[in-house]
Amino acid sequence: MSAATTDEAIRRIRADVSRRKVLDQVFVVVGLLVMFAALLVLAVLFIDLVRTGAPRLNLDFLTQFPSRKAERAGILSAWVGTSLIMLTTAAITMPIGVAAAIYLEEYAPKNWLTAIIEINVTNLAGVPSIIYGLLALGLFVYQFQLGQSILTAGLTLSLLILPIVIVATREALRAVPRTIREAAYALGATRWEVTAHHVLPYSMGGILTGMIIGLSRAIGETAPLITIGALSFIAFLPQSPFTSEFPFVSFAWLTDSFTAMPIQMFNWVSRPDPKFQVNAAAAGAILLGMTLLMNGIAIWLRYRFRKRINW
Amino acid sequence: MNVQTRLPAASPHAGLAYRKVRDRLVETFLLVAALVAVFTTIAIVIVLVRESLPFFEHVSLKDFLTDTMWTPLFADARYGILPLVAGTLVTTLVALAVAIPAGTLIAIYLSEFAPHRLRETVKPALELLGAVPTVVYGYFALMMVTPFLQKLIPGLPGFNMLSAGLVIGIMIIPYVASVSEDAMRSVPNYMREGSYAMGATRFQTATRVVVPGALSGIAAAYILGISRAVGETMVVAVAAGLQPNLTWNPTEPAATITAFIVQVSLGDLPHDSIGYQSIFAAGLVLMLMTLVFNIAGFTLTRKFREAY
Repeated sequence: MSAATTDEAIRRIRADVSRRKVLDQVFVVVGLLVMFAALLVLAVLFIDLVRTGAPRLNLDFLTQFPSRKAERAGILSAWVGTSLIMLTTAAITMPIGVAAAIYLEEYAPKNWLTAIIEINVTNLAGVPSIIYGLLALGLFVYQFQLGQSILTAGLTLSLLILPIVIVATREALRAVPRTIREAAYALGATRWEVTAHHVLPYSMGGILTGMIIGLSRAIGETAPLITIGALSFIAFLPQSPFTSEFPFVSFAWLTDSFTAMPIQMFNWVSRPDPKFQVNAAAAGAILLGMTLLMNGIAIWLRYRFRKRINW
Repeated sequence: MNVQTRLPAASPHAGLAYRKVRDRLVETFLLVAALVAVFTTIAIVIVLVRESLPFFEHVSLKDFLTDTMWTPLFADARYGILPLVAGTLVTTLVALAVAIPAGTLIAIYLSEFAPHRLRETVKPALELLGAVPTVVYGYFALMMVTPFLQKLIPGLPGFNMLSAGLVIGIMIIPYVASVSEDAMRSVPNYMREGSYAMGATRFQTATRVVVPGALSGIAAAYILGISRAVGETMVVAVAAGLQPNLTWNPTEPAATITAFIVQVSLGDLPHDSIGYQSIFAAGLVLMLMTLVFNIAGFTLTRKFREAY
């Protein structure tokens, strides 16, 4: 081979290498751009909601009932409804979700029943939320005659976020090293004692995080609540959970009808009058703010617990 | 001297027999809680089938599947599911056209190029995109994306599937990106090292080694995105219009299966009317569509699975 052709070959290889390196750089730029474009959407959305809704973002908005006049309408019944629904959802989901996760992670034998449960949990996570609404309509509203109540809404959203909570709790349980369990067994603890005294306390952070993520999903869910027949115009509050007589708490509110933040917002968005769009933006800003806050807390909790625990 | 000492801390740890019984009881309770997932699935199937039976007594399956009009709320009622299925597919395809390229690019960037700190910061931030309430995305599509698109496409109607689909696409980016990235990260490092040793650049390694190696996980991510897009309700109910319209043109308004269910639920139809029962039939179709995508995804995932 002559020197000229070798030089030629080397030049070609060098050109090829530098071309590929440029491609590498181009991809880094494209990747970064796409990523920040996606994040920018979130920022633009939030800023626009706050700016458009600004004229209504005041205390009056929180303390007034919905109204036919856009400038007098508020979200009092909506945020009270949402709070009570979240309370109900959390109270139902927490025990069932954590118990199911404990069973699958700590107890379940390797058999067909366990396999079926696992497949179901995975599949339920992919079922569209409106299907849960139809389920609730057929089961809770018609079959059990629970009506279009806060209890029905809580049960529906519980079923919806159960897979999220189960998956998150299982991850938290799995992160506890086996040595902890073995040490407890070696001291004669039963399986439940091992779980309740050692594994659960260590995984509390992860469980809490999963619960908050689940609730942040539930708080924005609109479709299932519409399907069970939530009303969007409610100018009264559910009965108070606190009473002046013994035992001072009442659960009568569970059977009251309700409206919720996302439903109120949907109602305003679908009106042609642009004045109501201002209300929709204000409600959206509050709703999005709450979701982002809950997710922020979850991220912070996860970070904190991960940092604190050194096995 | 009395050598018989009391067992330490006996109080909560009563007799072994009691503790064993308690363990059995707890285990039963935990099993029942886990079975809730199975009961939910069974209940979904039973409710959808039972409640749509009266509908199918009234409407023949042939009409349901072949009629090109869906007007259950009109006096001259027609019950062809095709327009709703078409609306669902069009919005889903638009969404995928956004989410699959963007999600895959982001996943490759985060998994193969991003410095550790950037990845740890950006990933949770991206997941926030998937946490935004869907009704807020509906507002976004109707009030911000549609006016913007109307400047680019003159004559675009105020309600259209394009804007709804684009926004759904943005919404499912985190699902696609997150699951794909997990799959790419689980490709063992020695495969990357092998590729680098052959003189490949990072981009070549990413596209020719990591992505093929993670294909089964990436396929699962796409399927997750598809089922999200198919089942998305509020964005289309707000921004795509509620008129069933058999068209493949995304710039037209149309209703999806989910939007129809919302529309009927908002109205005040009597519960035993055929229009009301039609939402369960529509729900059944939606459920079957998600099922088909999931089974397809499962088969694909199996086919592409790489064993390390």
